[in-house]
Amino acid sequence: MVQFTLPKNSTIRTGKTWPRPEGAKNVRKFLIYRWNPDDGQNPRVDTYFVDLDDCGPMVLDALIWIKSKIDPTLTFRRSCREGICGSCAMNIDGGNTLACLKGMDEIRGDVKIYPLPHMAVIKDLIPDLTHFYAQHASIMPWLETRTNRPAKEWRQSIEDRAKLDGLYECVMCASCSTACPSYWWNGDKYLGPAALLHAYRWIIDSRDEATGERLDQLEDPFKLYRCHTIMNCAKTCPKGLNPAKAIAEIKKMMVERAV
Amino acid sequence: MRYLTDYKRAVGRGAGRTGTHHHWALTVSAVGLALLIPSFLWIVGSTLGKPQAEVMATFARPFPAIVTALTLAVGMHHFRLGAAVWIDDYLRGTARKAALIAAAVFSYGALATGLFALARIAL
Repeated sequence: MVQFTLPKNSTIRTGKTWPRPEGAKNVRKFLIYRWNPDDGQNPRVDTYFVDLDDCGPMVLDALIWIKSKIDPTLTFRRSCREGICGSCAMNIDGGNTLACLKGMDEIRGDVKIYPLPHMAVIKDLIPDLTHFYAQHASIMPWLETRTNRPAKEWRQSIEDRAKLDGLYECVMCASCSTACPSYWWNGDKYLGPAALLHAYRWIIDSRDEATGERLDQLEDPFKLYRCHTIMNCAKTCPKGLNPAKAIAEIKKMMVERAV
Repeated sequence: MRYLTDYKRAVGRGAGRTGTHHHWALTVSAVGLALLIPSFLWIVGSTLGKPQAEVMATFARPFPAIVTALTLAVGMHHFRLGAAVWIDDYLRGTARKAALIAAAVFSYGALATGLFALARIAL
């Protein structure tokens, strides 16, 4: 449900300014959201200075540099550092993206980093994605078949395989869903762009035999039809995918089977 | 505190098996209005600055009267469907149900009033 003001204990305050690295000549200022559930304090924004001559070019490199050289308590998710695992999704310079794919040279001025918006925060830059993952599980992200399993493999034409391009690449980083106002207001019921893109990936798969059931499960004013084609999802996707188009295709299939 | 699994929270009570009709009706009425509104504006524009008797005579003719009636009917139907979308977006529980009823009462009330006025002019 829509909320226009933050609760008092979520209001962000100015945090600590950490000392500049000694002897560094090429320095970049970072403003990073911090919140620790154990200290009972409000969230704050800490200021860090990164020595760019001693650090890689991506925002994730800077975060790892800060954690290694300045503040080991800074908490964030990261794993592959090359845009495949989707772990390091966060709000950088006002947009949701993967820290490992965002170059510092793409950002003008200070680098501002917050957790993905409108999600409960576990600590610092780590959002709680429990519900997001459960929604993904609810769309049955696997091949559903009724026909007896073939001796070798489920065959698929080159043309049908091509329909999965632009869909299977999604790494479930949640950048799109947490950029969607409809997901902000009704995220408990609306599945959001990421889950719906994955739903379409299985609906359109020529080998899948549960197309009707999948569409039945999405036929709902909230699960599917909260999408108002705002397009924030397509704009923010760090992998360059278009969840809004996938959702539009689902709606089209819904109309075609009903009208 | 309810001990529900994450999956149960995500699935809830399942799909309502509705929504497509609403989506399609909104699309069709939008296309209808895209055709009707220019005609309606042209009719209204042609009466601007004219004496009352001439305006009444204009709306008493079949084509302007039918276009006006259709614009009212389709427009108010589209309004009700559109209002339901933003009510669903922003309201929950009893407030949502009350707002949906209020939107229906207003749109059909406005439609009936408009059609009554048109009938008095045209008939």
